[in-house]
Amino acid sequence: MSPYNQDEMLADNDTSGGNTSGIQSSFGAVESSRPAAPRGALDLPVLRERGQREVFCGLTSIVWLHRKIQDAFFLVVGSRTCAHLIQSAAGVMIFAEPRFATAIIEEKDLAGLADLDVELDRVVGQLLERRPDIRLLFLVGSCPSEVVKLDLTRAAARLSDTCKPGVRVLNYSGSGIETTFTQGEDACLVSLVPGMPATAESDPPSLIVVGALPDIVEDQFKRLFEDLGIGPVRFFPGRRASQMPPVGARTYVLLAQPYLGDTLRALEARKAVHLRAPFPFGAAGTTAWLAAAARVFGVDAARFSQVTDRGAERARRAIAPHRETLQGKSIFFFPDSQIEIPLARFVYEELEMQLTEIGSPYLNRQVLEDELRRLPPDVVLSEGQDVERQLDRCKALRPDLTVCGLGLANPLEAKGLLTKWSIELLFSPVHGYDQAGDVAELFARPIRRRDALKV
Amino acid sequence: MQLSVWTYEGPPHVGAMRIAASMTGVHYVLHAPQGDTYSDLLFTMIERNDRRPPVTYTTFQARDLGGDTAELFKRSAVSAFERFRPDVMLVGASCTAELIQDDPGGLASSLGLPIPVVPLELPSYQRKENWGAAETFYRLVRSLCQGTVPAVIAAKSAVSQQPDRRRSCNILGPASLGFRHRDDVLEITRLLGDLGVTINVIAPLGATPADICRLGEADFNVVLYPEIAGVAAKWLERTFHQPATKTVPIGVGATRDFIVEVAALAGIDPSAVLAKPSSRLPWYSRSVDSTYLTGKRVFIYGDATHAVAAARIARDELGFKVVGLGTYAREFAREIRDAAKLYGVEPLITEDYLEVERQIVELEPDLVLGTQMERHIAKRMGVACAVISAPVHVQDFPARYSPQMGFEGANVIFDTFVHPLMMGLEQHLLQMFKEDFEFHPGAAPSHLGPSHHASQAPAAQPKPEPDTEPAVAKASSAAAASAEPSLAASGILPAAQLTGAPIALVWSAAAEQELKKIPFFVRSKARRNAERFAGEHGLNLVTIETLYDAKAHYSR
Ligand code: SF4
Repeated sequence: MSPYNQDEMLADNDTSGGNTSGIQSSFGAVESSRPAAPRGALDLPVLRERGQREVFCGLTSIVWLHRKIQDAFFLVVGSRTCAHLIQSAAGVMIFAEPRFATAIIEEKDLAGLADLDVELDRVVGQLLERRPDIRLLFLVGSCPSEVVKLDLTRAAARLSDTCKPGVRVLNYSGSGIETTFTQGEDACLVSLVPGMPATAESDPPSLIVVGALPDIVEDQFKRLFEDLGIGPVRFFPGRRASQMPPVGARTYVLLAQPYLGDTLRALEARKAVHLRAPFPFGAAGTTAWLAAAARVFGVDAARFSQVTDRGAERARRAIAPHRETLQGKSIFFFPDSQIEIPLARFVYEELEMQLTEIGSPYLNRQVLEDELRRLPPDVVLSEGQDVERQLDRCKALRPDLTVCGLGLANPLEAKGLLTKWSIELLFSPVHGYDQAGDVAELFARPIRRRDALKV
Repeated sequence: MQLSVWTYEGPPHVGAMRIAASMTGVHYVLHAPQGDTYSDLLFTMIERNDRRPPVTYTTFQARDLGGDTAELFKRSAVSAFERFRPDVMLVGASCTAELIQDDPGGLASSLGLPIPVVPLELPSYQRKENWGAAETFYRLVRSLCQGTVPAVIAAKSAVSQQPDRRRSCNILGPASLGFRHRDDVLEITRLLGDLGVTINVIAPLGATPADICRLGEADFNVVLYPEIAGVAAKWLERTFHQPATKTVPIGVGATRDFIVEVAALAGIDPSAVLAKPSSRLPWYSRSVDSTYLTGKRVFIYGDATHAVAAARIARDELGFKVVGLGTYAREFAREIRDAAKLYGVEPLITEDYLEVERQIVELEPDLVLGTQMERHIAKRMGVACAVISAPVHVQDFPARYSPQMGFEGANVIFDTFVHPLMMGLEQHLLQMFKEDFEFHPGAAPSHLGPSHHASQAPAAQPKPEPDTEPAVAKASSAAAASAEPSLAASGILPAAQLTGAPIALVWSAAAEQELKKIPFFVRSKARRNAERFAGEHGLNLVTIETLYDAKAHYSR
């Protein structure tokens, strides 16, 4: 019996489809190894539920953002809950004094006994004195700061003026009433866009890869683009506050993550051009992603395959042993980071897993079109969440592997369902050819482990 | 507004979750945004629970704020009731919901659910996790026991006439995410059994609402964790005339005091139990190998119960010297102040992690007993450390039986406090041999014969250095100038602290040589002392003499 009630499936036909670009077919390796229906899952109805959501808020992305921008500091303006959330998500990372902290709002701030602006200025002063290495300070809004209507935009402008020279102060919201998990990165990047320098008329076309990637992955991509003769290529966010790339009319944008829709819009408003592509997960995804850039930079097919074939082949070799473990196994995704759909495409195409439900906190069609097209037409797509009902469905389906958040993993394991913590897919390098095997391994490990245990 | 890098306690609603998650038949409906669901992972990942905590979050969003968040709360409460069928429902607000003032208590009572609903008012902007746990437990106890008062008191006065009846007690306080509560309960249950006391109810850990209703039937209460059960125990004392224990049985001395206290409350003779062989700690502590522990300087920080207990054990049972004592639990500041007086130290009442770090750096202890966070501080400083208190980490739920309380707890504590110091000693020996002329990293293995030595080993005996010529001239301030990894470089001291005007201070080559002969774990202290001494005496050259003058001056 199917745990899905057809009446709840809302048709979700958007009319933007149909302009399949010709580029994909000009590079042989880009085609999916498991061709689905021509429009794949594009026209599938989406299951939208409204109930308890079990996802982190956008504050959580500070955990990786502060590692990426090395002279930035993230000051959450919120409650003890916000401080506790980041600390719990960061887990064992208490090795050094981190570049994030919380300005905890107290009763006297709310009762009007203390002027919130004055208090905030005091805390920021205290912080900058302690950390003179900070060049960029983000004031990060939370649910409490938003509900009490603390104007962090104004505060950021004021502090930018009054702070020590050389410290830029920006703000964005990572609140749970507005953002989920990875959307915090989106909001952070949006706040950086106005400060990006403008390209000059005379500048050659350039490429920006958008989304915080581990340095090692950035360097791998940099080498690939160089070999393809594509450039200049820049990464956003840059590693330092002063290293944000210039943007303008002849800037092309490749998204490295699907959750950066608002950043994309902000860059488009600065005349950048979005290159639609699948995301660089797995051999095929990475090739298709590179191909999108290759096309606009006029790379010929021979050179393209000369550069990418080796990486793709290496990726396929690294994936192969894990495919043996995972082939034909069913997989269920709880909504978490928005990278569920690209990952589902990867495990379907390259690990030959069988997809059941793919949940995502938010399904951004503009960005995911090429991914959806490659999915089989018989998956279930869900957006938003009612965690109790979703758990019911998961338990009824008993998938071989469930990708879910940390709050759900052990309770599902206790019911005999194998799980993969989704957060690890964000904290570890997963993009590109040379990580494809690692991602496959992350999915295969729970199964290998179950087979290894005799207790 | 308070700047916080790491926090020792979560918000008060996490305390309420800990009570709900400790029990069965209780469900908590929490008005909160989606991100607050992070706290589920504390239970499923840190404590490795096989079920989610019994909490339903309404997860309202920005778009609900203009509309009807109250309606959303009611819907969530109803569907939680229908799905989980709890015996009791707790309802409340998280920090954000507190600001939108929907009154979960009023809304829930308007639903007419056929079960008791306990509204929780936990002021998120004033209070913290332990307070929230204590308040929740108290509210729950009060609302479930209130109706039983006349009947229970009548029944009790009837049986109180019976001579020689066995007395009973409740064990109050053990809870989910508590530091070793799981094992403490077993240990104390066993001890009370040995004493001949019947256990009526253990709560909240493992209790049902029906158990809570029976609390009044006991003769007295054993309060293991005043942070959680203190408020409820006071109410029970007032309502059912149940006295409560004051001694927390952590350590040999405290356990013996506890036995005497319980025996008095139960009207029994403790001498048989006290005479039985108990913990290995007293003998191990007298064993000659422990001589080495004498006067070790120990810094203690944690929740008040564990910190106060650790201080007593450290001084009276292991022969350490307590050099610092603190807590993050402001509600228990008085307990810490009183204890600090006993040990002649300044109490440290703060929840500011950086402040704690500063104190540790300043006091230069040999051993840090603290929470997981102090463990990290100590690790960075290369100081021995052990964890004695929540906030908990997955490592605080060991697979083996490892209570803190009772005589077995004292055994566990002996190992926990002493091993890190032993490891430090071991490391010192390794280091000593590493620097030995035969074992230095450049030396070839001895079985390869002398030719290898000849070609590779540097001169084994450096020729004596004159004690008057400067070795390296360097600008030095008390804390920074050091061949050891400096505290600033390791991120321990803020750079700002190091920018004071540098004193031109120079070490003689011979003094540098001499310093190298000092065991590495006291070497940086010796260096600092020598420099401080030189500074205070207006010297600008540190000689061997200065080194030993400083040693004598600061000897403690
Ligand atoms: S959901 Fe809101 S209140 Fe909760 S941690 Fe996130 S920002 Fe803070």
